[in-house]
Amino acid sequence: MPPIMPTLIIVIKGLSICKESLWDEKGSYMEYTVCKVRKVITVRIIRRLTPFDHYKHNQLNLWESKYSTRGHNMAIIEAKRLTKIFGADPKKAIPLLDKGWSKEKIFAETKLTVGVNQASFSIEEGQIFVIMGLSGSGKSTLVRLLNRLIEPTIGQVLFNGTDVLKMSAEQLRTFRRKNVGMVFQKFALFPHRTVIQNIEYGLEVQGIDKKKRKAMAMESLELVGLKGWEDSYPDQLSGGMQQRVGLARGLANDPDVLLMDEAFSALDPLIRKDMQDELLELQSKMKKTIVFITHDLNEALRIGDQIALMKDGSIVQIGSPEEILMQPANKYVERFVEDVDLSKVLTASHVMIKPETITIEKGPRVALQFMRDRGVSSLYVVDKGMRLLGVVTAEDAANAIKNGLKLEDAMEREAPFASPDTMLNDLFELMSLSKFPVSIIDDNGRLKGIVIKGAVLAALSGNSSLEAGASHESA
Amino acid sequence: MNLPKIPLADWIEWLETWLETHFEPFFKLIRLLVGETVNGLETALNWFPALVLILLFTLVAWFIGKWRMALFTLIGLLIIENLGLWSQTMQTLALVLTSAFISVLIGVPMGILCARHSSVQKIVTPVLDFMQTMPAFVYLLPAVTFFSLGVVPGVISSIIFAIPPTIRLTSLGIRQVPEELVEAADAFGSTPYQKLIKLQLPIAMPTIMAGINQTIMLSLSMVVIASMIGAQGVGVYVYRAVTQGNTGVGFEAGLAIVILAIILDRLTQQIIRKSKTT
Repeated sequence: MPPIMPTLIIVIKGLSICKESLWDEKGSYMEYTVCKVRKVITVRIIRRLTPFDHYKHNQLNLWESKYSTRGHNMAIIEAKRLTKIFGADPKKAIPLLDKGWSKEKIFAETKLTVGVNQASFSIEEGQIFVIMGLSGSGKSTLVRLLNRLIEPTIGQVLFNGTDVLKMSAEQLRTFRRKNVGMVFQKFALFPHRTVIQNIEYGLEVQGIDKKKRKAMAMESLELVGLKGWEDSYPDQLSGGMQQRVGLARGLANDPDVLLMDEAFSALDPLIRKDMQDELLELQSKMKKTIVFITHDLNEALRIGDQIALMKDGSIVQIGSPEEILMQPANKYVERFVEDVDLSKVLTASHVMIKPETITIEKGPRVALQFMRDRGVSSLYVVDKGMRLLGVVTAEDAANAIKNGLKLEDAMEREAPFASPDTMLNDLFELMSLSKFPVSIIDDNGRLKGIVIKGAVLAALSGNSSLEAGASHESA
Repeated sequence: MNLPKIPLADWIEWLETWLETHFEPFFKLIRLLVGETVNGLETALNWFPALVLILLFTLVAWFIGKWRMALFTLIGLLIIENLGLWSQTMQTLALVLTSAFISVLIGVPMGILCARHSSVQKIVTPVLDFMQTMPAFVYLLPAVTFFSLGVVPGVISSIIFAIPPTIRLTSLGIRQVPEELVEAADAFGSTPYQKLIKLQLPIAMPTIMAGINQTIMLSLSMVVIASMIGAQGVGVYVYRAVTQGNTGVGFEAGLAIVILAIILDRLTQQIIRKSKTT
């Protein structure tokens, strides 16, 4: 049975297409030349079945399990209509929220401030859940409702099914000590304690004995790469290092969930990017569930598995980074995402297309025939395990036939390649250097797809509704 | 308008008599405790030969501060000894240290309570204002009524006058601990007691110490007034000099108080500085 996978069919409005768009029966090939790009480009995606995409199957499955269909996973945190109203007699505002009054209207009428308005979401284990919004949107309040640093007005927070809001003071302390760690925007390190004493703090209040907690704290310190700094005081460290200590402190008691409140916002951009990378690396090692607050969309897109976008205390949209970018729920989200530099968000795997391949055992004649059949001018030579060996052009094949060479000797081995996670931004140089499209190869050397200029341009040209162009460049 | 005068004076006197009759054992107990503390301290200080104690104080100054402070302590105390005011100065020191000690004992917990509960702060603040502005002579009289003449009413009125800074600055210091640090302590599951001991008090320590420094200075300023109701010490010489118009003797005794004040102030300042850097 051929695996059932989506192929992209693109309907382009507002593009004058000089060359006809061509689809063969298998839906695997399309060629067009863009002559004139008007302001509005609408790209619609229609799912189609094709047997040709089977090599992409595994990868897309992975992609889907990472980003979209997560139904089978257990939610570790679930928030139901979580609401926080600030002011005297906050319950007064609840019926008004039910009536759909806006934050401004409620404030004007009752002098009550809506911090968080009926936020509902669920976070699955091992996920990085980003809550994003501008300052004043209620994101920092929302994260504090989860561990009751701020007491919710109404609603529910379920941690592995237990209602956090019904916990006694003692139970809440245990929950905070064992299950949730927290990292703060301004680091919030204790200035009178050394680095190691800071990291130990959460263990110390649990009453873990000195020797054991020090060993645990050292482990955490090593994790963030600050070994050797344990006896320094926080003010002797740079901002980036201080936040590593904050991170180590949050991780020291090995919590199930790590809450990070604008943890990287106070750092300068380069250090921030390093910290993001390190967080992703840590997360891939430790599989922590992370709730990450940020006002920076690029940061959210970079590290988030799911993003909740907040405005005026309400969650406007929840989705994967791709969903937020491609299908903004409303004008607000659209405006939010319009300035995103897509080249730093989209990766090769988002824009790559299926290459035409031929196995190495075949002869040059077969190769030439393949190219004729499929209307392409080059083929990717692979072994039976889909490992990329080289590229053969029509010219190479013709020469090989003339000189009686094998495909192996006729193909060109110098083709640019990159991993599926490479940002488009980092692909540009590779693409400009070679006459061939960039091959996308996984860790095992298997050919996953190719990236052609047309697809990249298509991906970068729109930002509200786009998908990788499925054209095939045949030079 | 011819409203009758409020008989406030009568009420206060009635209250004084009532307290005196109903709380006598309580006052007796306090008199015993405070009296013994001052006497014990005084005896201990005067047990050492003056020169030994001077060297001891100089060494302490050396350890806590720098050589300049040690030198000042040495010369200052030698001057006091030379003026023949040594044992009186030690009596004064005993009184000051006792009232400062009791002020801290009551003031710091009081300040913590004020920091924790705004309602307590709201009640305590006007009381402190009252204690600091009411002329000291006014509460000397009831102090004598309750505790009779001697050093004890002197200590009690010193405490009344000197305790407010400790309470105020303890409360302030704890309230000034940055919100995000308190939040962090909460987020890791601290009990209120752990939060106080591990975070709030250490961070507030320089401010609390500044309050204690003020308390010591204020109780020193009470020694002359205390001598009027029979407290022994250099204050007696100042008081006597004032009543006898003897400027020279008054100046000598005053100088002894100033030297003592400077030493105590610099020592506590130095401790504050050290608590800030760690």
